[in-house]
Amino acid sequence: MPAIEPAVVCRALTRKFGHVAAVDRVDLEVRCGETFGLLGRNGAGKTTLIKMLTTLLPPSGGEARVAGLDVVRQAARVRRAIGYVPQALSADGDLTGFENLLIFARLYDVPARERRARIDAALGFMDLAGDADRLVKTYSGGMIRRLEIAQSTLHRPQVLFLDEPTVGLDPLARDAVWEQLRRLRSEFGTTIVLASHHLDEVETLCDRVAILYQGHVGIVGSPAELEAGLGAGTTLEDVFAHYTGAEQDVRDGVGAVSRQRRTAERLG
Amino acid sequence: MSAGPTVSPAGGAARLLRSVVAYCLKTLAIAQLDLHKLRRDPTELVTRAIQPALWLLMFGQVMSRSRALATGGVPYLDFLLPGILAQSVLFIAIFNGISIIWERDLGIVHKFLASPTPRSVFVVGKALGGGLRALVQAAVVLLLGLALGVHLRLDPAALAGVALLVVLGAVVFSTFSLTIACVVKTRERFMGIGQVLTMPLFFASNAIYPIAMMPGWLRWVARLNPLTYEVDGLRSVLSVAPAGVDAAGVGLPTDLAVLSVTFVALVVMAARQYPKIVQ
Repeated sequence: MPAIEPAVVCRALTRKFGHVAAVDRVDLEVRCGETFGLLGRNGAGKTTLIKMLTTLLPPSGGEARVAGLDVVRQAARVRRAIGYVPQALSADGDLTGFENLLIFARLYDVPARERRARIDAALGFMDLAGDADRLVKTYSGGMIRRLEIAQSTLHRPQVLFLDEPTVGLDPLARDAVWEQLRRLRSEFGTTIVLASHHLDEVETLCDRVAILYQGHVGIVGSPAELEAGLGAGTTLEDVFAHYTGAEQDVRDGVGAVSRQRRTAERLG
Repeated sequence: MSAGPTVSPAGGAARLLRSVVAYCLKTLAIAQLDLHKLRRDPTELVTRAIQPALWLLMFGQVMSRSRALATGGVPYLDFLLPGILAQSVLFIAIFNGISIIWERDLGIVHKFLASPTPRSVFVVGKALGGGLRALVQAAVVLLLGLALGVHLRLDPAALAGVALLVVLGAVVFSTFSLTIACVVKTRERFMGIGQVLTMPLFFASNAIYPIAMMPGWLRWVARLNPLTYEVDGLRSVLSVAPAGVDAAGVGLPTDLAVLSVTFVALVVMAARQYPKIVQ
């Protein structure tokens, strides 16, 4: 078992689109069992990085290992070891909650006789037990997000990747998602890698944070370490601004709002 | 579920068998998603039935009065019906690929691709969803034909042949459609290309007139067109005329072989293109 090896290792990991490097020689280690935040503004390379780590996008250079497996040469085995919640609210609105879970139980080879129990447990865990037979297009954004986390954890992955898990959610729904992520970690020891541009999100959830700026990792450390590094009275926001040159308020970026709107339209 | 020692050939065969079964079950699971959706909202199937009905009722009626088309002594409606059946299969399948663009925008494809599932499972599963839609269409067109007094062979063997050909034709054109969708990546471009393709595929085939009537260059196009083999197969299965009368045909075994080989080639192509839609 690759228990000793870090959950995620990136070495000079690079992805170019044309001449532009969306991710540029990134070195990173995520320890087993920790919750790790990738913090950056829109376009910083968070999604590109996660797509490479989830085998969706081949790197242009460097290498990455997830759960001790190479994401290019051992892609099929990496896929068994990970769960992935993409940026968009991606459950199928024309299917019920149960059907959305069943298809992933099948795709992840959960044995037929265990499927029902696993799905019921996941629905219970995510507080969706009473909504299993409703079409997902009648769900709220927060419910869809919780359903997606259930989808991506049915096969008990070692590493769970989430790309901006609470974008577009109201504060109550967001708190519920945070709570489920904390429980995943405490009850199953799942390593969680989440991309975010919400400072309070990474501050609340993450053991360690990497600040990404224009495809580079600015700095890695625990939120407390990062704040201490810039002197007394510094907030994570100051640290973020220091490493990304951000002057605007990143909590409510225009990007977040427009994406929220698009998500709402898609599900309408 | 007893497996031999892992090193024995029997163990290897058992493993192979298990993975083949797993592959088929996953493919059916993907196709089943379409079944759920169609069962809940069959409007699509109803509206899709209008076009073939109009072809039979209007075009078919007029052309059978004019007797302008040399169909070798076969009444024109008898000649036309398999062509319209094939056309409705083509039209329902050729836009099937657009759903992949929706699913990409929703992030569903991302999650599919991050799962340990062979890429071709998604391709074949989607194609079977198209096959399912086409089967419903076929039933509607056959019933219409009967109502119009078209002479059809409808014994169990003929019906089984129709079902096989309809599904085969639908999976061919669905997979073609999926490949295009994965390459062009946007709805607008896809719809444009879809419109551009359907007309030549339809008119450069034997669907509404015999190939013998075509100018030489068009005959060549028709012979390269999978729809020609779909029509030919359906015609030979549904025809009440004694075998051998339809001299222009290439024969059912050739039809099935051409469609099957085309399908396999398209699946290989689509499975390579599929992951690129999220990149």
